[in-house]
Amino acid sequence: MSESERRGLRAATPADETGGPSSAPSPLGADPVVELEAAGVELGGRPVWSDLTLTVAPGEFLAVLGPNGAGKSTLLKTLLGLIPTASGRVRVAGRRPGVGNRDIGYLPQRRSFDPSLPVRGIDVVRLGLDGDRWGVPLRSTRPVRDRLEQLLELVGATDLAGRRIGQLSGGEQQRLLIAQALAREPRLLLLDEPLDSLDLANQAAVAALIADISDTEQIAVLIVAHDVNPVLPYVDRVLYLAGGRALVGAPEVVISGPTLSALYGTPIEVLRTSDGRLVVVGHPEAASYHPQLHPHEAPAG
Amino acid sequence: MLADGFTWDLGSDLHQLFQFHFMVNAYRAGTVVAVVAGLIGWFLVLRRQSFVGHTLAIIAFPGASGAVLIGISAAWGYFGFCVAGALVIGAVRRGRPGEFSEESAVVGTVQAFALACGFLFVTLYHGLLEDVNTLLFGSFLGITDAQVRTLLAVGLGALVALAVIARPLRFASIDPDVAAARGVPVRAVSTVFLVVVALAVAETSQITGALLVFSLLVVPPATAQAITARPVLSAALAVALALLATWVGLAISYFTDYPSGFTITTLAFAAYLLVHGARWMATGRHRLRLAR
Repeated sequence: MSESERRGLRAATPADETGGPSSAPSPLGADPVVELEAAGVELGGRPVWSDLTLTVAPGEFLAVLGPNGAGKSTLLKTLLGLIPTASGRVRVAGRRPGVGNRDIGYLPQRRSFDPSLPVRGIDVVRLGLDGDRWGVPLRSTRPVRDRLEQLLELVGATDLAGRRIGQLSGGEQQRLLIAQALAREPRLLLLDEPLDSLDLANQAAVAALIADISDTEQIAVLIVAHDVNPVLPYVDRVLYLAGGRALVGAPEVVISGPTLSALYGTPIEVLRTSDGRLVVVGHPEAASYHPQLHPHEAPAG
Repeated sequence: MLADGFTWDLGSDLHQLFQFHFMVNAYRAGTVVAVVAGLIGWFLVLRRQSFVGHTLAIIAFPGASGAVLIGISAAWGYFGFCVAGALVIGAVRRGRPGEFSEESAVVGTVQAFALACGFLFVTLYHGLLEDVNTLLFGSFLGITDAQVRTLLAVGLGALVALAVIARPLRFASIDPDVAAARGVPVRAVSTVFLVVVALAVAETSQITGALLVFSLLVVPPATAQAITARPVLSAALAVALALLATWVGLAISYFTDYPSGFTITTLAFAAYLLVHGARWMATGRHRLRLAR
């Protein structure tokens, strides 16, 4: 599906009323998945951000941008109930954070796996399905096997099922981790820099995969990104965190010179390259286009 | 030793091996310990926590020698000191599983003091010099029926506890952040596992001695995990390798008079070398093929 088709499709399918076959069986399909009202968080007595008001609908794709230390990962951990709020009100799927984490798929900042780790691709996905239950199942049941197969297919990782996770490339690992996050049909995906340390081709592929799943499964996605460009074609809105404050809106509104200058309090310029990429100039750590050229991680062995 | 000597008649060898009760008990105890060490060690290696196992084993030495000094069974010293050590490590530890770098100096200091205490207790005991060797390097002589029963009961308890926490433990080992987000009590699970490891170390110490616990607790699981990444299969392989090293090691020791600590460790090490050698050859060929 091309990007224009996707956007057209999204416009024609008002996300929430139709409710796809696998969307949550909520009586009110349009209930917001995430609600923050004047929420604030403090870490070690220091306010990270405050007065954050945000509502995210099912199927919405929202990019969380901002310089390092602005509290992007903190926002995800707040929604998971791992960090308490200092002020305001937070609801995830209508409940207090931390209560309904079964409905959340979470991908923390990229982890590295030892190449010799005796964990296969399929084991990683399986952890998302029943890794938190007590006891030991020695045999997989038919429904479990079917679900795993389905998840691997969804992220295009069927042929990675038997390979050791640490011997796969960054993009391959990220696909499996996304399948893990999707295992229990979450209503919300929280992705912390899922594109970081991928090469450009894989950044585009993984971003497209996430957007596609968000669309077809009506999953709300909050994606923390250092660079907005790989996700720019798919995002509905962006949340920009800087200096303890937050801005929410359409990408072209928020990522603009005047808006960011006001947010940062210093002159910021936003340039658009001929291929449509945004480059933020004026702040050393602003969300900008950094072509991080990572060598392909060759699978060892 | 008491044997007539090894012959190529396996039936007669087995008959010789089991004609004395102490040898039957050695095999009973060795079998229990191999199963316990293979399974618990599998998680220890998965979590990259071998260092903790070593620390607990070192703590076991003054425990055992202290127990002998005050006139109770060394087994109580092993179990008591190992479990107490595990609880202390679980309480003071920060950070993620396997991350011990900033604490290594502290742990090293404690290890040195523990060894020194053990040496003091042994000296104060004025016992036979052999006792030090037994505590440090193991012995299969003189295992009583009661000891076998204790090993079996404690081993079963440790394995049941492990079975209950196995899945969340594996999740927390591979992916602590996601496990925590999914509601796994990561810290509690880690502490329970440390106690389970302490029991395994205390049991293994009684066969291999405090310094050679890795021969059953780390080497067979590491070998198994290099052979296959399938979780159930590699855990079963870890147990099989530990059993094989123990059974064959005890037999060699019986017929040759080489100490069992040496024979068991050497067999486990040989399997490790064999598997890693084969893997190295395989990847070497693979690289060569890619280079062409």
